[in-house]
Amino acid sequence: MTLAPETVRRIARLARLRLEESEVQRLEQELGGILAWVEQLGRVDVSNVEPMTGAVAMALKMRGDIVTDGGDAETVLGNAPERIGDFYAVPKVVE
Amino acid sequence: MTLTDLGIAAARHGLGRREFSARELALAHIAAIEALNPRLNAFITVTAEQALAAADEADEALARGEGGPLAGIPLAIKDIFCTRGVRTTAGSRILGPFVPPYESAVTANLLRDGAIFLGKTNLDEFAMGSSTTSSAYGSTENPWKRRQNPEARLVPGGSSGGSAAAVAARLALGATGTDTGGSIRQPASFCGITGIKPTYGRCSRWGVVAFASSLDHPGPFGRGVEDCALLLRSMAGHDPRDSTSVDRPVPDYAAACRRSLKGLRIGVPREYRVPGMAAGIEEMWRAGESWLREAGAEITEVSLPHTEFGLPTYYIIAPAEASSNLARYDGVRFGLRRDGEDLIDLYERTRGEGFGAEVKRRILMGTYVLSHGYYDAYYLKAQKVRALIFQDFANAFAGVDALLAPTAPSAAFAEGEKTEDPVMMYLNDVFTVPADLAGVPAMSVPAGLDADGLPLGLQVIGPPFGEEVVFTVAAALERAAGFTSLPAIRAGSPAP
Repeated sequence: MTLAPETVRRIARLARLRLEESEVQRLEQELGGILAWVEQLGRVDVSNVEPMTGAVAMALKMRGDIVTDGGDAETVLGNAPERIGDFYAVPKVVE
Repeated sequence: MTLTDLGIAAARHGLGRREFSARELALAHIAAIEALNPRLNAFITVTAEQALAAADEADEALARGEGGPLAGIPLAIKDIFCTRGVRTTAGSRILGPFVPPYESAVTANLLRDGAIFLGKTNLDEFAMGSSTTSSAYGSTENPWKRRQNPEARLVPGGSSGGSAAAVAARLALGATGTDTGGSIRQPASFCGITGIKPTYGRCSRWGVVAFASSLDHPGPFGRGVEDCALLLRSMAGHDPRDSTSVDRPVPDYAAACRRSLKGLRIGVPREYRVPGMAAGIEEMWRAGESWLREAGAEITEVSLPHTEFGLPTYYIIAPAEASSNLARYDGVRFGLRRDGEDLIDLYERTRGEGFGAEVKRRILMGTYVLSHGYYDAYYLKAQKVRALIFQDFANAFAGVDALLAPTAPSAAFAEGEKTEDPVMMYLNDVFTVPADLAGVPAMSVPAGLDADGLPLGLQVIGPPFGEEVVFTVAAALERAAGFTSLPAIRAGSPAP
């Protein structure tokens, strides 16, 4: 099984991943192979089975809707590749 | 005995009696890292100066008769735990420039108890791998060598291969790891040391670079079962910042290591006897059964009928969660940035250059199974099979206290031996993935050597929050196995 090149390019676009043409060719084979391999799950009868969404059944805890942290722009921006004042800087989005 | 050969319990004893100082202990390990890390590449970052400063503080605390339960114990930290002021890469180019302004919950707990951090250890990029060969910072070498072919460069397993190699080669007394599909237990087996993945929720994930959030389990490595018990007791505990962290008391795991096996029922899962298992593993498994029987346990065969579906289930759920978690690497807020013609182009170039081949493969796989029209067929289906795998374990634990199985289907392999086909590499995790999917605790203990002289591990799997019974059984295996073999490359030995 191989994935069509346009499918690889479409999901790469969805994932915001730039791929070289050589990578697309390799991924057609590799992703196709993995998808063919996981097809074996088709043999499992899952009728009346509830999906398991977490490793341990637990009710999510609630907490007060209060501010516990913040007001430290310097620390938050400390790893920013580019900043302008107290903001992250990106290329112009709106002309 | 040299300081780098001590176990954690013995080191605590020696430090407490002032037979040696925390500074001397740290210096011995820093010297070992300087001598061997250029070859092994177990550490990405070495924090020698910080370790010595922390050791001096530990010495002052110990002199006052104070100091926490790990005061002065030098550890290695997998480079996926955020450490305040120390670069944290997750083995990826995209996090190359990242210096966290905060400390992960697990490492903060270790620091609270007095531990000393020697540095950050190598791993497969974003913990996605079983060989520590996909790191952007080079591969890690397993300190063990084949008898017949000592030139072959073996992998330490993965993804926590740097931590496992560091502990095996005596560059650290213990280490942290994370286990999403086997990333603590499989490298422990490959490197002849012990490692435990506790129950999901036992250790906080806060400050651990996320791979697959419903599967990521932090846990410790040590050169003995009790060392892991001492480390886990410090690492575990409730943390309100991780909503899946469990609020229940942390038991004295070291005490559990000394309990008797009398009356315990141990299950041997028949589906773990798979074709293609390497020579020596079946024999070691049988030996493990008789050791436990001689120690007073009752052995019975059990069935985990959905075992064969663990891997394909994992390779849908883990990439799906990864594709979502890794969406945060956008080149804007932290990490690598590659400029583009517009914002979308900036994202795509940053991610295209920042991620390696295996990470891209999993992001795309995850994006595909979550995309419109495929979600029910792949992702929802996998979540349902996961429920059946969990139910298998629940059914088994209704009749037995713990399970005994091999950790991995082979001993350490050489670099390049299994890399041509991604599915071949994924099969390494066949015995470890089910416990991650079910969230149950599991530990690997070195139990013997294969014909090549390489270590093999046995795995003890317990019910949810059954860490104590896991430690009891693992300690009995350790006593019976009497595993004293040493890796060829280790501190204090001449280079082979």
